[in-house]
Parts: sequence; C-alpha cells; structure tokens
Amino acid sequence: MMDNKKLNIIIPIFSVFLGFLVGAIVMLAFGYNPIEGYSALFQGAFGSMYNIGETIRRSIPLVLSGLAIAFAFRSGLFNIGAEGQVFVGWFAAVWVGVTFDLPAIIHIPFAILAAAFAGAVWAFVPGILKATRGVHEVVVTIMMNYIALHTTNYLIRTLLSDGGSQSGRIANSASLATPGLQEMFGYSQIHWGFIVSIIFAVFVWFFLEKTTYGYELRAVGFNPHAAKYSGMSVKRNIVLAMVISGALAGIGGAMEGIGTFGYMYTHGAFTNLGFDGIAVALLGANTAPGVVLAAFLFGALKVGALSMPPLSGVPSELVEIVIAMIIFFVAASYMIRLLIMRFKKEEN
Amino acid sequence: MENYVIEMLNIRKEFPGIVANNNINLQVKNGEIHALLGENGAGKSTLMNVLFGLYQPEKGEIRVRGEKVKITDPNVANRLGIGMVHQHFMLVEPFTVAQNIILGSEPTKGGGFVDIKKAEKEIKELSDRYGLSVDPSAKVRDISVGMQQRAEILKTLYRGAEVIILDEPTAVLTPQEILELISIMRNLTKEGISIILITHKLKEIMEVCDRVTVIRKGEGIDTVNVKDTNVDDLAALMVGRQVNFKTEKTPANPKDPILTINNLQVKDSRQAMMVKGLNLDVRAGEIVGIAGIDGNGQSELIEAITGLRKSEAGEIKLNSKTITNLSPRKVTESGVAHIPQDRHKFGLVLDYPIAENIVLQTYYQKPFSKNKILSFKSIYKHAEKLIEDFDVRTPSPRTKARALSGGNQQKAIIAREVDRSPDLLIAAQPTRGLDVGAIETIHRRLIEERDKGRAVLLISFELDEVMNVSDRIAVMFDGQIVAEVKPEETNEQELGLLMAGSSKEKARQKAGDNK
Repeated sequence: MMDNKKLNIIIPIFSVFLGFLVGAIVMLAFGYNPIEGYSALFQGAFGSMYNIGETIRRSIPLVLSGLAIAFAFRSGLFNIGAEGQVFVGWFAAVWVGVTFDLPAIIHIPFAILAAAFAGAVWAFVPGILKATRGVHEVVVTIMMNYIALHTTNYLIRTLLSDGGSQSGRIANSASLATPGLQEMFGYSQIHWGFIVSIIFAVFVWFFLEKTTYGYELRAVGFNPHAAKYSGMSVKRNIVLAMVISGALAGIGGAMEGIGTFGYMYTHGAFTNLGFDGIAVALLGANTAPGVVLAAFLFGALKVGALSMPPLSGVPSELVEIVIAMIIFFVAASYMIRLLIMRFKKEEN
Repeated sequence: MENYVIEMLNIRKEFPGIVANNNINLQVKNGEIHALLGENGAGKSTLMNVLFGLYQPEKGEIRVRGEKVKITDPNVANRLGIGMVHQHFMLVEPFTVAQNIILGSEPTKGGGFVDIKKAEKEIKELSDRYGLSVDPSAKVRDISVGMQQRAEILKTLYRGAEVIILDEPTAVLTPQEILELISIMRNLTKEGISIILITHKLKEIMEVCDRVTVIRKGEGIDTVNVKDTNVDDLAALMVGRQVNFKTEKTPANPKDPILTINNLQVKDSRQAMMVKGLNLDVRAGEIVGIAGIDGNGQSELIEAITGLRKSEAGEIKLNSKTITNLSPRKVTESGVAHIPQDRHKFGLVLDYPIAENIVLQTYYQKPFSKNKILSFKSIYKHAEKLIEDFDVRTPSPRTKARALSGGNQQKAIIAREVDRSPDLLIAAQPTRGLDVGAIETIHRRLIEERDKGRAVLLISFELDEVMNVSDRIAVMFDGQIVAEVKPEETNEQELGLLMAGSSKEKARQKAGDNK
C-alpha cells in the first residue's frame, strides 16, 4: 500500500499530465498541432528572462490566494471570499501607498499590513457569523465578494480620484517594483512580491504544522466534535482561521496594488485571483509547498497562453481548457487513485 | 449425506496486504440457527459479504441446496433466497415500513402506479405468519429500533429469503427486545427458514443457536454443536486462550464523595428536557454504573458533567467545588477524564497520528509545547511510553488513528484519559463494539483506577458490563436515577424492568415470580 503522502504528490502530478493530454486531444480535434501549441506555451512562459519574469509576477498573487484558501480548508472552512478579500487588500495597500509619505522600510510593510487588515476584516464577518449563528461561510463570502467589488469601485471614484476609473500612482517608497530587478528580467513587470509570497508560504507551513494554534485549527478542521471534547474553542478557531485566511488573500491583493500595477482601477468584474486560488489550493493538496508549486504552474500557464495564438495559431482559450482539465482530474482524485492502484497491481 | 442449505467450502478472500478469510468452511443445515462466532476483525463480515455477493472469493466454492453457484451480486443472492439484515439498518426513515420493504421490487397496477395497498396486505400476512407484529403503514422514524429490525427481517422474507443472515442483531436492542427477537428467530426456523447469526456474544449463542462455527484471525477454527459446548470453551476457541469472564475484583472501599450532582436539569439539542432533576454521588474508590436504555438522558448527563452541554438548573460538584457549566477545558483541568461514548466522533481526530491524539487535551502544556510551539520530540516520547504501557497495538506512533482497530483506538483513548490521573473517570460505553480480549483489558483498567482511589462513573447499555464492573448500580429512566441497587443483590430481569420504568418493589416482585 502506498502511503498518503506519496499519493498527495503523485496525484497532482498525474492530474497535470492528464490535463495536458486531454488538452492535446482537444487541439488535435480542432485541427491544431499540439506539439506546436505546447512549445509556444512553453516559450511564452519560460522562453526569455522577460517571460520568466512575467510568469513569476503572475504567480505571486496566486501563491497568496492559494495559501489563503488552503489555510481555511485545513481548518474545515471553504473561503470562497478570497476574491473579495483580494479587492479590499488591493485597495487598502494602494490607499496607504498614495496617502502616506514614509521611508520604504516602513511604507511597504505598512501597506502590506493594511491589506492584511482589510482582508482580515472582510473575512471576519463570515467567520463570526459562522461561529455564532451557524451561517454557512460560502453563502456569506460570496455576498462579501460583491460588496468588495462595488465598494472598492466606489472608493476609487470618490476617495482615490475625482470620479475617475483609476487611482493615482502610489509613492515610490511603497512600491515593490524596482527598475533594477525589472531590468534584470528583460523589463518585465516582476517585483519583490515573490519574496513576500515565499515568506508567507513559510509562515503558513510553520503556523499550521508546528504551533499549538495550527494543531487546534487542523483538529477543528478534521473533527470539530473531538476538538470541542478536548477543550478547544471551535468558535474561536473558526474566526481565527477566517481572519488569517482573509489576511493572506488581502496581501495577495496588495501584491497587485503595490507590486504589479502601483495603482488600482475600477473593475467591471472579478479578477479571478481569488477563485483561481481555489484551484491552486486544490492542486497543491492544501500544503504550503504544494501551493507555491501549483501557483507557479498556473502562472506559467496563464502567461504562456498569451504566446499561443501568435506563435502557433492555437487560441489561448485552450489553456483554460487545460487548466480546467487539471482541476477536474485533481478533483476526481479518487479515480486517479484507482488508476494508480491498478497500475501497481499489474506491475506486481 | 446431510441436508445443507448453504455450503461455503474452502473460502479464501484477500485484500491488499491481508488475508481476510483463509480456507473457511461453513455448512448451514436446513432450518437451523447457525452462529458465526469470532472477534472483531476475525473475518465474519467478510465471509458473509462473500455469501451475499458483495465480495468475490479468490478461492473456494459456494453451494446452495447442493448446487454449486456463483454469487456475483446481492441480487443473485436474493434470487437464491439469501437475505441479510445489516447491523446498521438500511431503511429510509421518512418512508413507511411497507414502502421500505417493497423498495426495488414495487408491485404495480394500472401501468406503473405503486400498489401500496396490495403490498401492505401481503406484508401484514407475512408479519402475522412469523409473529413479527410490524405495522406496515407506520413510518420508520416513528417506530422503535426493535420494530425497525423486524421490518428488516420482513424485507428479506418479502423477497423470498429462506436463509437470513443477521449481523450482530442484538447490539442495538434492550434486554426485553432481545427476548422478543429470540422468540422470532425460533418462529422463523419452525417455518423452515435457516438463520446465520453473526455475533461475538456467547450467551446468545448458548441460548438460541443449534450449531456454531468459530473463526479466528481469518481461519476457520471449528464447528461445534451448541449442546456439546459451553461459554468458556467457546470463548477459548474464539480468542485462542482461556478467558476470564467474571471480572476479578476485591470489594470496593469507597471514601469521600468526588462527584456530587444535585437536582440537575439538562435539555437536548431539540430543547426537550432530558435530565429531569437528577441526583447522584460518586465516591473515591468506587465504580458507579449507570444502567438504562439508550435515550433516557445518559448522553445529556455526561455532556453536562464534562461541559459539552449547558445545564438548565441544578449543581455539579467535583471535590466540593462547583463545576456546573464550566468549559470542557476547565472541567478537564479540574480533574475529570472522559472516555466518550462515540470514540470516532468525540474521542479521536482520526486523521491525526496516534501520538497527536494522545496529547489532545494537554498539547498546550509543557513539555508538549513551549511558547505555543509544539515539541514533537516530547509528544512522541510520551506517546511511545503510553503505547507501551497500555499495549496499544500500532505499527508506529505516527500511524493515523483511523488505521487502528477499534480496540486499539479505545486503548489509546483510555491511556490518554487515565494518564492524566483524574479524580473522576467517566467511561461511557467503554467497550462498545470491542471483542472479548479488549473488553477484559478495559474492565481491568477501570478497576485498577478504582483501586488507586479514583471515582469511576460507568455508563453502559450492556447489562453484563454494568453488573460485572460496578460496585453500585444507579438505574436511569426518563432523566432521573430511579433506583440504586447492589450488583450482587439484583439480576438482569430486575434491572431490565427498572430500566423500563417499573418501581423497585414491582420489579423485585416480578423478577422474583419468574425465577
């Protein structure tokens, strides 16, 4: 029998492989050459320093939203509200970036902290409603997403601009993007947020696996009855899990605000950064290292997809199919488990 | 040649890594009650699932009425006249008995409309014929567990079963219901039905069965006539060594009261008052057993003591300090240990390693953590010691609790609870679903704790257990302690009547009459 840890690694890899395989079949079915398609995808993601820089840049917020969702999952909660928490985090970071004038060493942490706080507040509402009133967090977080979208749009028009659709630029002291780094990566939009995302991945891993808080959160996630029986406060842990999850998603938004863009614009629709975080967490088996790898893969796919139409004529929507198939195969991990078992049996 | 209705010959069934059944023979005569005896995990259920078509055996053959058959799925088993009543009933609760029974083979009229009247009539006839007294038009959720079980039996009969497999049928029944079931089983065999009874309760076998096949660790050990054997021999066959049934213990030496409950009132989650002004004392150095039928407020009582449920009124004192409505953590810290009734729901985080389960209430204390950082080294060292001391059979302290057998899971819980040296140990159904060997160990542990001067409160639905282990029995009925008796001065009959709400005088009189 294979142990669970091994399966947790094999299943996502196998799912990715199957996703690409089905993507290839779809390309063939529509008369495209999958080898050309995938080599264009690869070129687009890793072909030059510029592309690598873009891939990393695209991965940064996904690492954080993926961590946010994985963190909630491990505590038995489904934080679909990462999307809204990204919005408020983005807004808070930009607000700090444009409003204050501070040295970078204070300004950047302050902006990130503000984003974390905004995300935490946004997640606190569904958390406290779940803990005290038993309202399902999925319902509340979905509603909170819309509130975040429209509230930030309104505030951008009123508070951060005079009726415009875009805020002013943040002060340089708040920016994670530096010309030196961008130049090194072929003038891409890469910024120092990748270090922030790695720091928080390490934090999530340590917090969940090594501290008494993480021990409680995971116990509540696995079995709230046993957690209550053993004297843990299930309610407090639900709120704590949501607040930390929201803070992580908020920081994900800050990465866009003070990293990629340096401003915030009004959105007509969701960014999908939060929603993609669900897929990232799922593919990463809800572990911090897994999330980092999965976010990088998704970043590569999304950036690489842009090169598919010009280089191979394959429409970039196909990448969305590949991503969807990967998620499908991860979700259908039971099926893959069976396949692997059968494979093993025949081997013996 | 003998007239066998079912023959399973040299059955072998493997699962990845284990052989669940190895060369097992089971031959059931027409119209007999045949017991299949073995400890948990011995392979009884696997063998019956092979017979019922849920598993395919790797080797061996099955004959029904002398003819070799291949049972590929339960439908084939049904056609061959084999029916099974599972331990956990397979009933749709909001449906009536009749609707449940016809599910999957509904009689129709007028092109596709279910003819429920016809079905109810047929079911009533069947019920009367076998003396099952089941009302076909009653909703399943409104009838007693005993009647649900009879509905399950009726379901197999309705589908033409001539051989009925009963999987641990008495586990969920009250003593009176067990008597009813036994008479039903006798009625069935009179009508030519054969019964295979899966059980690990020896007394039932002695009382009702004709022959018994014993399996141990997947091997067929022997088939014996019940009239040629006795409880001790059967137990030895099942466990592989001599078993001590009468739990050895010296008389109790009760000291000061540890737990004092005054006029306690507790509501359940549906706001119904379940504990109605209960009074109880448990002293240091004694085991008080609470006897009662499930649902008379026992769960609510334990939950109120341990802080899992708020009480409405009354007082709970531990060592003369009030602990009423404290949080579970405060209750634990004040010296209460609790072996919960449902070990999977409350006792363990099944996906945590055994070691992490062992520190479930103490993880936040030194040396298991310092400054909120867990010390896995101390946790594992502690777990290894308890695993050794309490003989928890696990491949490693890193093994997930889920992977352990029920008996070993329970031993781990007991290790954790006892190790805290509590003043009061609450053991709720501590041996539910465990085999003879594990039961023996657990009873011995409880008595050891008593002898160390701790107060032990035992709640059990098994009368044998209450009578064997307790120094004093408190009978709980309708949210109150209705009688206190000494185990050596009472018997099952009297307790059974008390548990059903008779007064002590009446119960004593009735129980006396029947002797």
